[in-house]
Amino acid sequence: MIRSATLLLGSTGRAVLNAIGAIGAVALFAAQTIGQIARPPFYWREFVSACITIGYFSLPVVGLTALFTGGALALQIYAGGARFNAEAVVPSIVAIGMVRELGPVLGGLMVAARVASSIAAEIGTMKVTEQIDALVTLSTNPMKYLTVPRVLAATLTVPVLVLIGDIIGIMGGYLVGTSRLGFNAAAYLQNTADFLEFWDIASGLVKGAVFGFIVALMGCYFGMTSGRGAQGVGAATKAAVVAASVLILAANYILTEAFFTA
Amino acid sequence: MIRLKNVHKAFGNNAVLNGVDLHVPKGESMVIIGGSGTGKSVTLKCILGLVKPDIGTITVADKDIKDGDRDALLSRFGMLFQGGALFDSMPVWQNIAFRLVQSGVSTDEARALAIEKLRRVGLKPDVADRFPAELSGGMQKRVGLARAIAADPEIIFFDEPTTGLDPIMAGVINDLIREIVVEMGATAMTITHDMSSVRAIADRVAMLHDGTIKWTGTVTEMDTTGDPYVHQFINGLSEGPIAAIR
Repeated sequence: MIRSATLLLGSTGRAVLNAIGAIGAVALFAAQTIGQIARPPFYWREFVSACITIGYFSLPVVGLTALFTGGALALQIYAGGARFNAEAVVPSIVAIGMVRELGPVLGGLMVAARVASSIAAEIGTMKVTEQIDALVTLSTNPMKYLTVPRVLAATLTVPVLVLIGDIIGIMGGYLVGTSRLGFNAAAYLQNTADFLEFWDIASGLVKGAVFGFIVALMGCYFGMTSGRGAQGVGAATKAAVVAASVLILAANYILTEAFFTA
Repeated sequence: MIRLKNVHKAFGNNAVLNGVDLHVPKGESMVIIGGSGTGKSVTLKCILGLVKPDIGTITVADKDIKDGDRDALLSRFGMLFQGGALFDSMPVWQNIAFRLVQSGVSTDEARALAIEKLRRVGLKPDVADRFPAELSGGMQKRVGLARAIAADPEIIFFDEPTTGLDPIMAGVINDLIREIVVEMGATAMTITHDMSSVRAIADRVAMLHDGTIKWTGTVTEMDTTGDPYVHQFINGLSEGPIAAIR
């Protein structure tokens, strides 16, 4: 009995220590990345390439997600609002819901699935095939060459994706609202514009920047710390997506508290 | 040129290097032999600063590698990795000219130099625009060699240069390495367990086992030494001081 309790306490203690160690390692990696951003050299070519890969090529998936989410949101709010004769709030709730929450969160999660996995797999493969060691022997800092351009590109392009996603999501609500729910087109747009405030949009964009930072940081961290072989790279890829997704949801709650409950 | 004194390195409970002492004079081609997992790669990585020794000192040209500008130190080195370690996201010429491009050399000049180095390792200029994944193992080794010599380094490391190659291609790579090292007057360190490489490349040979240098000498001395480790290793015997199952 005492032996079982000791084993349980021991394994719990080890798990807690490992978790604290992992948080510390990620925090240190983040601090090192931020510290390297301002120091030359800056690899512009890698940065532009990362902007295209992370931002431009994520547009279809983020756009489609926003379109369907906006449409479904309009249907749900209409059905819910009908219970207390508040169907007219559909345009404003769709707009506020998209720009404050669903645009950044769903956009962030889609980018996490697409980008964190590909960054972790790419850098992890580079690690196991000694390409990162080769970078060092060629007098190139892997943190500067691989991590900084990707993290900066994601931090700057995800807010743009979120903005585009917001517009497409509102359009999704508009299409459903005018074609299925009987809203007047001009009135729908007017309603959307009237109730939407600048801070609604800006807060979503700030969230997008934070989520972009998280996605690229997790991809780079797990890629750089990948284990050996195909199994190691696979585990790194999975860990990057899971960590990025959980951190996005946690950061979303913290940011929402900070922005809207003060 | 390169001196290791009492270098120790352990990964967790696994002690890989247990006091390596080695001296490689300027212009000499030193080959380190030893079985798999004896610490050969870790030794090279310690010198390059890719792995930090726990104890001991490593000097290059009488300067401790921990002191001074690391990039300046690394600019004196070229390295051929076991698997080539070519950057698969960029074409061959950019791989070869990577250091030059990063140091601000113009694209045209870097490309011309890459093609010149490709010729030196026996590859045609049309290889320059291909990606590493499109090349055979032997061609990848040659491109890796071209990258290692691109900036005319004073010191070149070769990590298992013939692993995975057929005997004819292995012979071609061995001859190329020997020619290039002699032609450049570079100091070379090679790690291998391929005895044909040892005989083709080495001025001197060092036998690494259990994380320490057990023997050093010339190739001729290697064939006549009574050292039981060297005798067992070069003759591929299962009986001897080196356990066959490690």
